[in-house]
Amino acid sequence: MRVAITSGKGGTGKTTVSTGLFHVFSKYLKYDVQLLDCDAEEPNCHIFIKSDNVTSYPVNISIPYIDPDKCTFCGKCKNVCAFNAIVMLPAIKFAEVVEDMCHGCGACSYVCPEGAIKELIKPIGRISHYDCHGIDYFIEGRLNVGSALQTRVIRETIDHARQKGVVLFDSPPGTSCPVIAAVSKADYVVMVTEPTPFGLYDLRLMADTVKQLGKKHGIVINKSGLNYKPLYEYISQNKITLLGEIPFKKEYAMAYSKGEILTEYDKGLMDIYIGIINSIFDGQAV
Amino acid sequence: MGKPFEIVVLSGKGGTGKTSITAAFALLAENAVITDCDVDAADLHLILSPVVYKSENFASGSKAVIDRERCTACGFCPELCRFEAIEFKNNGYYVDEYACEGCGLCKEVCPVGAVNILKYENNRIYFSNSRFGPMVYGKLGIAEENSGRLVSRIRQYAQETAKKTRARYILTDGPPGIGCPVISSVTGSDLVIAVTEPTRSGWHDLQRLIEMTGRFKTPVLVIINKYDLNKDMTITIENNLKGKGIKVSGKIPYDETMIRSLLEGKTINEFKPHGTIAYELSRIWEAIV
Repeated sequence: MRVAITSGKGGTGKTTVSTGLFHVFSKYLKYDVQLLDCDAEEPNCHIFIKSDNVTSYPVNISIPYIDPDKCTFCGKCKNVCAFNAIVMLPAIKFAEVVEDMCHGCGACSYVCPEGAIKELIKPIGRISHYDCHGIDYFIEGRLNVGSALQTRVIRETIDHARQKGVVLFDSPPGTSCPVIAAVSKADYVVMVTEPTPFGLYDLRLMADTVKQLGKKHGIVINKSGLNYKPLYEYISQNKITLLGEIPFKKEYAMAYSKGEILTEYDKGLMDIYIGIINSIFDGQAV
Repeated sequence: MGKPFEIVVLSGKGGTGKTSITAAFALLAENAVITDCDVDAADLHLILSPVVYKSENFASGSKAVIDRERCTACGFCPELCRFEAIEFKNNGYYVDEYACEGCGLCKEVCPVGAVNILKYENNRIYFSNSRFGPMVYGKLGIAEENSGRLVSRIRQYAQETAKKTRARYILTDGPPGIGCPVISSVTGSDLVIAVTEPTRSGWHDLQRLIEMTGRFKTPVLVIINKYDLNKDMTITIENNLKGKGIKVSGKIPYDETMIRSLLEGKTINEFKPHGTIAYELSRIWEAIV
């Protein structure tokens, strides 16, 4: 079972909930679970999770290189490129690929009649496996700074996930392609929100996205305590499962700032997480 | 009248207070065009309550669709597709719309012309007036991709609006992260204000953001929000930034008034104009301009 932890709005507590679920599952329930940090732009799970052994693999794409001696400046590559990544000025015999815009699809080299385009490998990110006592329990996808291809790194990270047991995806914020890359591969989507107008607005967007993808889903309210009624009205009107509420305490925010897993910091939170897990798995997992 | 000064507010990590701070700056700027480029989860309009006078659709990307009547299942396109976006099911090939990047290679290789490329036009751009000036913002369609292109278009419209209204500033609420939409927000702008928080995550993410903006040679100023949540971390961040030659323009204390102003749909400077935060934000803004 693959569970994606998402939010729409950033900073609502995706990583807190992901690491909390992971901790309760693995340490307390002794369950076979793997955590994937799919927030490739800003991966943070590693701050909370310790390991005795890390192995990394590069994520590469193929970037075309146009050989100026073979190129006849016919323009076929420029015309086929859907990402406007090829600059061609036949008058001065100039043809070059703008690497940052290239998606590495290979269409240009396919259409080139002169065989003037060869491809070079370019790393865009890194996938790291964190081992503990020989168990591959945490995988992080990390985009190289400057690359715009976060979605590719996320997809490849998910390809590294184990095929059995429970896998948790700490997803990126937002509702666009990077999130879809994670959510579309999940069986269940946990939407973490906070009781503020921003939290609710972005929750609606996320819920619409998840419904469109046809995924089972539920809500966790983090930083609860503010009695923000519109959020509760939204949840009950739309008949969305409320998986659990994690209270707001300033001391939690302080513990988080130091990189502590909150379920370790306050064992009292354990019951809330077990309740969330029971709701997700309908009582089947534990 | 010169070119308006473009300021983009970013954070790396989400939830550090980017939008609340941008809203306060929108009030303080007095003569700005405001944009929200966090098109995935645009929230600034919830505080500024702008009145929309015009909106338009925007196509951000394309997807391939296979015409099952024509497809002979030759297998060329799935073999050449680098995004593993063509799958075989129910005795035929289908495009996984969430994996497809719309490159069009499948259309090129198809021997029977069975592939069509469709434009996705579910995004919207809004032109509006807020109580602090003109505002341009976008909304990504559900499950849409490529917010980078939408961001570029919003900024282009903001520049046109600024020219008409002779605005001195363009103030942008940017997206979280460091990927495609952030790169589109930073390209060609004059100043990045990075809002961070004194947490290990916040600092980790800020360092990646600074490295990213460094590639564009855009100057960066940092605001540490909720700085008293972890004063040791605040000092660590300040010292490290000093080493990098980056200025901390100000520090804002943790205060629930921020959330209460949000619940009322007001900027902190309207909600509590004589409070510490309002004072500090005014000071920061004066120092910036």
